[in-house]
Amino acid sequence: MRSNNDLEDSVIKLTRSTVIDAPIADVWEILRDFNGHREWHPAISHSHLEDGKSADQIGVIRSFTLRDGGTVRERLLSLSDEDHSFSYEIVDSDLPISDYRAELKLKSVTDSNQTYWIWSARFETPPEQETEVVQTVSREIYEAGFQSIRDKIRNDRASFDQGSTGQAVNENVLGAKAMAVSHFGGPEVFYEKGIEIAPPGHGQVRIRQHAIGVNYIDIYCRNGSFGLVDVPAVPGLEAAGEVDMVGDGVTQFHPGQRVAYACPPPGAYASVRNMDASLLVPLPEYVSLESAAGVLLKGMTAEILLHRVHRLQPSESILVHAAAGGVGHLLCQWAHHIGATVIGCTSTREKIEVARQAGCHHVIVPGATSLVSQINEITDGHGVDVILDGVGRDSFHGSIQSLRKGGHLICHGQSSGRVSNWGLDQSTPRSITISRPYFYDYIDSPETLKAVSGNLFEAIEKRIVTIQVSHKFPLVDAAKAHRLLESRQSTGSIVLLSDEDVE
Amino acid sequence: MPTVYASALIPASIERVWTTVRDFNALPTWHPLIVQSRIEGYKPADQVGCIRAFRLKDGGFIREQLLSLSDLEYSLTYAILESPMSVKDYLATIQLMPVTDTNSTVVEWSAEFSCSTDQAMALSELIERGVFQRGLNALKQRFGG
Repeated sequence: MRSNNDLEDSVIKLTRSTVIDAPIADVWEILRDFNGHREWHPAISHSHLEDGKSADQIGVIRSFTLRDGGTVRERLLSLSDEDHSFSYEIVDSDLPISDYRAELKLKSVTDSNQTYWIWSARFETPPEQETEVVQTVSREIYEAGFQSIRDKIRNDRASFDQGSTGQAVNENVLGAKAMAVSHFGGPEVFYEKGIEIAPPGHGQVRIRQHAIGVNYIDIYCRNGSFGLVDVPAVPGLEAAGEVDMVGDGVTQFHPGQRVAYACPPPGAYASVRNMDASLLVPLPEYVSLESAAGVLLKGMTAEILLHRVHRLQPSESILVHAAAGGVGHLLCQWAHHIGATVIGCTSTREKIEVARQAGCHHVIVPGATSLVSQINEITDGHGVDVILDGVGRDSFHGSIQSLRKGGHLICHGQSSGRVSNWGLDQSTPRSITISRPYFYDYIDSPETLKAVSGNLFEAIEKRIVTIQVSHKFPLVDAAKAHRLLESRQSTGSIVLLSDEDVE
Repeated sequence: MPTVYASALIPASIERVWTTVRDFNALPTWHPLIVQSRIEGYKPADQVGCIRAFRLKDGGFIREQLLSLSDLEYSLTYAILESPMSVKDYLATIQLMPVTDTNSTVVEWSAEFSCSTDQAMALSELIERGVFQRGLNALKQRFGG
């Protein structure tokens, strides 16, 4: 934003510095994370990195909201682990500031093993706002940042001291292994990592995870196309196992009990893990751990899509894309049970039989004849009532044209890529509804989680849906599992097993 | 090429610390190892290119040349021309930095030099700990730290 009056903007050079009572490596570890400020800076409400880039990629933009509601986008210009420094510029913001460039730099103070931290900026601002802007930046951004890092280091140290006193606590730390991704990329970025899992905190449960679900969203986490994790990170949103230990305040679970989950935070690709008890579902005896890891996320997705995002009626027709895939298979079975006319779409002829067995009344393989014309033939030119499309870019336009007037298109995934180049106007002639449901919004309270998972378990017990765990890999072969899922050659679910002796 | 680095937090404003440090002839007033110093050719101590010749407590004799001095950056650099240490291409920097929230100063003293491989560890230790850190600790005490 620039001032409208005739005066030229003032050029401001601002420097604030402090000494932090911690070694330079400790301070740098916190500060070098360009998106880490949301964790410690009191002025930041939330922040994310744009375009799936990692926090140490030069050119990455962090987009954040201030506590007072203002928004700022900043671009990383340089980062040096050698010099313990980085610089950045404001790309755009609500602040009366232009041409803002800043550098943050650390120096070791060797006489006391402390860290000198200097934060400097150069920017332009309208003269009449100069005093206020300088005060805001220097106090509320820089000096408040100094103080919160100081507090964070003191608190981290206090909780570390607390955690490391007493033999009893140490004995309860469990050694485990995890598969982590070093940076965003292909399946080759996976590496095995030894981890130590502390006893569960208040409201938490420590789980020995026997089976871990592999889902398409894990691929988005790994390749950075979804802002769920900052690398290095352990992906995975779904696992089943036995309760090892419960933290204070947990009364609904007990050691030895079989539980599962399908939700953030990511980190499921591990043999042991702490999770909030409120995110767990107890498993009925007729669902094995492997089945639970293979079905919970996909099955709850199907429950939500057919009962909450759209309440499917027996009179309706429904088109399910990727009908032979993990979610598609369950959707077809469930939709068939509801009594709807189920049309499945698969990518290859080999999958037609799988889709038929899942309950599809019609199976389409787009190729010589387009999806739209095949749908027109099946529906006498009317189009379908409901479309469940998890494919995204490659199927979106065909889906829209296959809907009947007033139909409902539910875009629940984008395995082929993001949908772009589409405007609202293009759908108005046919009064269609488009939904872009976010799975976790439908299970964001213990009550809804219980309802959704309860319906799924009932459907499993009544054999309305069947669980197909078609591929099992040892946890350390997470890369192989991802290659298989990305090849689109798989049908049914893929799970990772944490036991060493899995074939 | 070994590099050495020492620093200290001095409880005084950057202007006060700089007044002491910028005087290229004043080492004996704050460094405990140095007993006598003079500037060759009667040049002023802030004339870039001037040479200080000084004696260590143990009798060693050193000549160093001022290569740059900046009141803007609060820094100076110098080279060793002659010394009892077997170092070559020795270039050192003293840099002051303000700590704005407590109005104090961080002083950095660093150098890089060449020497034989087998002496690199011992010389680095001597210069970094014995000369630089010791000097900075004394400077800190001088300002009440």
